[in-house]
Amino acid sequence: MKENIVIIGGGIAGLEAAAQLLDLGYKPIIIEKNDHLGGHVADWNKLFPDMTPANDVVSSLVARAADANIFLNTEISFVNRLNDSYNIMLSNGISIITRIILLATGFSLFDASRKEEYGYGVYDQVITNKDLEHWFNTGDDPRIGDCAMNAVGFVHCVGSRDEKARNSQCSKVCCITAVKQAIELKQMFPESMVYCFYMDLRMFGKKFEDFYISAQRDYGIRFIRGRVSEVSENIDGRVIVKAEDTLSGKPVKVTLDLLVLMAGMVCSPDSTKVANMTSLPLDSDGFLKSRDNIADIIDSPREGIFYAGACTGPKTVPETLAEARAASLKIHLYIKGLEK
Amino acid sequence: MDFGFRISPSSAVNLDNVDLEKFEELHRIEPDVYKCMACGSCSATCPAARFSGMSLRKVILALQRGKEKEALAMMKNCMLCGKCTMVCPRGINTRHLILSICRIYKEETK
Ligand SMILES: Cc1cc2nc3c(=O)[nH]c(=O)nc-3n(C[C@H](O)[C@H](O)[C@H](O)COP(=O)(O)OP(=O)(O)OC[C@H]3O[C@@H](n4cnc5c(N)ncnc54)[C@H](O)[C@@H]3O)c2cc1C
Ligand code: SF4
Ligand code: SF4
Ligand code: SF4
Repeated sequence: MKENIVIIGGGIAGLEAAAQLLDLGYKPIIIEKNDHLGGHVADWNKLFPDMTPANDVVSSLVARAADANIFLNTEISFVNRLNDSYNIMLSNGISIITRIILLATGFSLFDASRKEEYGYGVYDQVITNKDLEHWFNTGDDPRIGDCAMNAVGFVHCVGSRDEKARNSQCSKVCCITAVKQAIELKQMFPESMVYCFYMDLRMFGKKFEDFYISAQRDYGIRFIRGRVSEVSENIDGRVIVKAEDTLSGKPVKVTLDLLVLMAGMVCSPDSTKVANMTSLPLDSDGFLKSRDNIADIIDSPREGIFYAGACTGPKTVPETLAEARAASLKIHLYIKGLEK
Repeated sequence: MDFGFRISPSSAVNLDNVDLEKFEELHRIEPDVYKCMACGSCSATCPAARFSGMSLRKVILALQRGKEKEALAMMKNCMLCGKCTMVCPRGINTRHLILSICRIYKEETK
């Protein structure tokens, strides 16, 4: 089949869609700006809820999508709207004419240094969820494990549910990620005291609540309901965290060896850039706008442009994969319609 | 000297200095105590709550914050009726938990 299908973004959404389209007999083109495939999931270590190695998920997707035309280290320079198609100019000088574009451009992690009161980038012992996953993968981070690890804290909702950070939405995956990471640290450092500072615990997914109960009962992780208001550093480089224990109505203070900020999911600037080039609108939450948020989440308002994955909002891996499959079927039917 | 105002002692809890030895002991015989999610069902149903301020939710929290006196003062009003056990959504045997708390923290109260 000669129909060109351009998938922008080689994260799990782009890969799964490519694999499905290959199975349907097409030869999709994947455009990925990084030097590797897999997107954010390639940076994670183990995935909730079953602690599946992220690497297994990514490598099987990469294998299934291997027959696609894959351009790494490649960005979109511009997109021209032709009569009934799009002309996409790539940063490597190649141009592609296509009637179908799948946006699988994913999300960006909120830049935690923008929440200055938490001291990311200022205090040594303040890290992010992403840094911790990186350490789980490589063991390479002097901030973790080299210190006493007597007390560790997690701050929920960093850059989410926060109008000051210009993101009033919930990022959905960070509560369960905090619980997952807290358990993992507790397994490695059983003697340490692990605190989670939360506003609400949003355990929406399959078996998430079991994770939470296990964190409480089996690992003794302390959940403190209250948003961390400020972080400071003491003379020996440990961090002092202040919050209100809203359940007792009293301020609490604790000194920690490591503080992990649960940075949220926001629309990536690369998504916005492509959206601008293709005149796609953004929704009020800052992510790409679907034709309809209930019935047509994978349809863009533009003819021939589809979405899959976290470019339309925070999503888990299984949700992303399900959307990618739905989008490939939609594209298949769309092409069938064009051929009539 | 009277300045006409006073500064009340800080009510802040410093978690660095909370002695949790007794709570750990409690946890060993009542591992479910950590499962409490502070929903307040137990306190809402408690017949002693309205008249005495007894709240098992607050007791569990106060013990973890090192406020043992506060917790034990509330506990005095419990009639061990067991209504709270029937409503706890986390399936904590709260009546049994109350008895264990009494046993472990007993000496302290005298
Ligand atoms: C800390 C953290 C931990 C998580 N852990 C889990 C977990 O354990 N289990 C789970 O189910 N979910 C987890 N998630 C959610 C998971 O990361 C997302 O569901 C998943 O990454 C979404 O995949 P995606 O392909 O849509 O986007 P992404 O992973 O963001 O991939 C998008 C890809 O597109 C590329 N791209 C973007 N724009 C362009 C462009 N203009 N041109 C070319 N390429 C472009 C990017 O480089 C990237 O490779 C976690 C999320 C966070 C923040
Ligand atoms: S999932 Fe939890 S930590 Fe993340 S933004 Fe929502 S409430 Fe906050
Ligand atoms: S057992 Fe005690 S705490 Fe529970 S409902 Fe009865 S009086 Fe209240
Ligand atoms: S009912 Fe159970 S979970 Fe709810 S506050 Fe009481 S003890 Fe805790």
